[in-house]
Amino acid sequence: MSALNITKGSSSHSAYDLRDPYAEVIESHTLAVLVDNESGVLARVIGLFSGRGYNIDSLTVAEVDHTGHRSRITIVTRGTPQVIEQIKAQLGRLVPVHAVNDLTVEGPAVQRELALLKVAGKGDARIEALRLAEIFRANVVDSTLESFVFEMTGTPEKIDAFAELMRPLGLREVARTGVAALSRGA
Amino acid sequence: MTQANASAMTGAKMIVKALKDQGVEVVFGYPGGAVLPIYDELFLQNDIRHVLVRHEQGAVHMAEGYARSTGKPGVVLVTSGPGATNAVTGLTDALLDSIPLVVLSGQVPTFMIGTDGFQEADTVGITRPCTKMNWLVKDTAKLAETIHTAFHVATSGRPGPVLVDIPKDVQFAQAEYVAREKIKTSHYQPRVKGDIEAITRLVELIEKAERPVFYTGGGVINSGTAASQLLRELVDATGFPITSTLMGLGAYPASGKNWLGMLGMHGLYEANLAMHGCDLMINIGARFDDRITGRVADFSPHSVKAHIDIDPSSINKVIRVDLPIVGDVGHVLEDMLRIWKSRGRKVNKEGLAKWWAQITEWKAVNCLDYKNSEKTIKPQYALQRLEALTKGMDRYITTEVGQHQMWAAQFLGFEAPNRWMTSGGLGTMGYGLPASIGVQMAHPEALVINVAGEASWLMNMQEMGTAMQFRAPVKQFILNNERLGMVRQWQELLHGERYSHSWSESLPDFVKLAEAFGCKGIKCSDPQDLDDAIMEMIRYDGPVIFDCMVEKHENCFPMIPSGKPHNEMLLGEAETQGVIKAGGAVLV
Repeated sequence: MSALNITKGSSSHSAYDLRDPYAEVIESHTLAVLVDNESGVLARVIGLFSGRGYNIDSLTVAEVDHTGHRSRITIVTRGTPQVIEQIKAQLGRLVPVHAVNDLTVEGPAVQRELALLKVAGKGDARIEALRLAEIFRANVVDSTLESFVFEMTGTPEKIDAFAELMRPLGLREVARTGVAALSRGA
Repeated sequence: MTQANASAMTGAKMIVKALKDQGVEVVFGYPGGAVLPIYDELFLQNDIRHVLVRHEQGAVHMAEGYARSTGKPGVVLVTSGPGATNAVTGLTDALLDSIPLVVLSGQVPTFMIGTDGFQEADTVGITRPCTKMNWLVKDTAKLAETIHTAFHVATSGRPGPVLVDIPKDVQFAQAEYVAREKIKTSHYQPRVKGDIEAITRLVELIEKAERPVFYTGGGVINSGTAASQLLRELVDATGFPITSTLMGLGAYPASGKNWLGMLGMHGLYEANLAMHGCDLMINIGARFDDRITGRVADFSPHSVKAHIDIDPSSINKVIRVDLPIVGDVGHVLEDMLRIWKSRGRKVNKEGLAKWWAQITEWKAVNCLDYKNSEKTIKPQYALQRLEALTKGMDRYITTEVGQHQMWAAQFLGFEAPNRWMTSGGLGTMGYGLPASIGVQMAHPEALVINVAGEASWLMNMQEMGTAMQFRAPVKQFILNNERLGMVRQWQELLHGERYSHSWSESLPDFVKLAEAFGCKGIKCSDPQDLDDAIMEMIRYDGPVIFDCMVEKHENCFPMIPSGKPHNEMLLGEAETQGVIKAGGAVLV
């Protein structure tokens, strides 16, 4: 083996610090990407993911700075640590990209998603749906004698759980915004 | 916007002015409906030379040759629709080889975009994945700024091609010109200085290493001639062996005493074994391409790997490295030399002596040896003679893609950077002829030779018309084996000698073809006549098509078969039977 005294895979001097470079475990990461809000920028980001075979579990985008014309793209993606590092480096070298933050590794972050769920039913199922909605703090934003539209905000897991409960009670349609996320603290 | 302001001008005029402000001397292009206003402005001035190509792909490769041989960005002007789509192969080629290009394309007027107008294509959509950045300019007021930014992006950081798509009404409308110095600085400012702590760590490794090797690439060339000078100083001062990728040839001189030759799939035995057996690998501006690594799992298993690259995404992309340094090669080498010198210029002399003894043994294998013939010209022999007869001349070499390209890399020696233009990453057949014209435009007095195969050469042979029109005395040295040589070689090794569609039938008579273009044709098939024929080619004052009839079934060795590590190279014919297993056959 090598006579040189250096730990294999260590790269503590760089921004590309791999926690365990040999791990083959698939991790989920939430990335916040700050970009110039110009035409084609979303296509550029999405094209990068499809062209290089990366996964997108969720993606949200909106302009967050109207004077500076900056948009924030929040992407939930999956991959081995090496792939996640590649994704960040590839995003970082796109010209309209100003910053790439990995909210999963840069300390605790708040993640929220908004969902609208249409549930149709009568009788006990209808009452049960309303009762569960209350427990999940979902609001009724539309109502007919045979249906509700619930609005709820929460982590993707919470929305998954609520949608699962609504399924046997007459769940017809779901619309979800995808994850928006911010790091905790100042 | 249209008021008669003193410095207001049309978009078309603005484009030409911006190019002049950027120091552009030559534009390679082809006119069409959507760029007529720009061509009108080109007609009215004499500062920028326009080279009329015969196909837009040729224009982009010419610009690549120009850029690669000068270090300046190459500029291309094409029309909308087919003009832009024809440029796509060249753009992708430039992206993979990190060549700075600014391509300007015409577009249908803004009010027609999206209507499937005549010669309309979604050019920014089509070229988004094959450019470093592209822009559709919908407002003349933003045109000058966008072009200046385009030059900044193309040449900053890791260089690459950019495209500016300009609708025809934007070319006609008037607006204020924004000077190059007045544009607001782009946030795009890639880091050029390497981390000093990491560089110091690398110097510590250099001081102790027993079996070090420098593995250099196109990044050294892109960093500029100063980087090549620093590399030479570092290599000679440390006494470490050095190998290079196809793209990096010339950064360290082929005549240098530490030179191992090119590495990789058709690299030299000593270079590949040094990579396999080293304890310290110093990658300078190379990207661990699959032509270099062979089987990744067995790539240089016992080495500590340092990687200097200006592009953070190159780090840990293919091979995990132990010591990444993000920065420009020139800047990092400068710091590295300074720190190494200040610490007393230490190296492990004992270890190095043993390492060189081992390398000398590998060199003795003489891996480029081939069986010469008195009757037929061996392609290797043709290149050896070309090398011998042109050595010391002010010479630039371009190539097409295939066996001849690998033989050229093996048998021609490059003493300086920017003298070797080849399609490395994309492997674009048809690159060499137009590239040679682009090189000649930048160096009118130099000897520019395109080492070609007959099949590749035919892919862009229309550009001989351009060479004639613009008096570019490019020499087309075609190694004609009447085969798609590399395809044939793989079919022999991998597909049971079933030569599916890999021969060139109905080839033109190249001498007559030369005459049809109005240039000189030379045919040579006897090794005895070769020297005289080559001299005739060199001495002729004008373009030459040299039809060099060579051995038809020669294979290119050494070769690392797909899916094999470096220490399982094939050296010659005897070793080739059944060596590539099914797992290797699926790789390219």
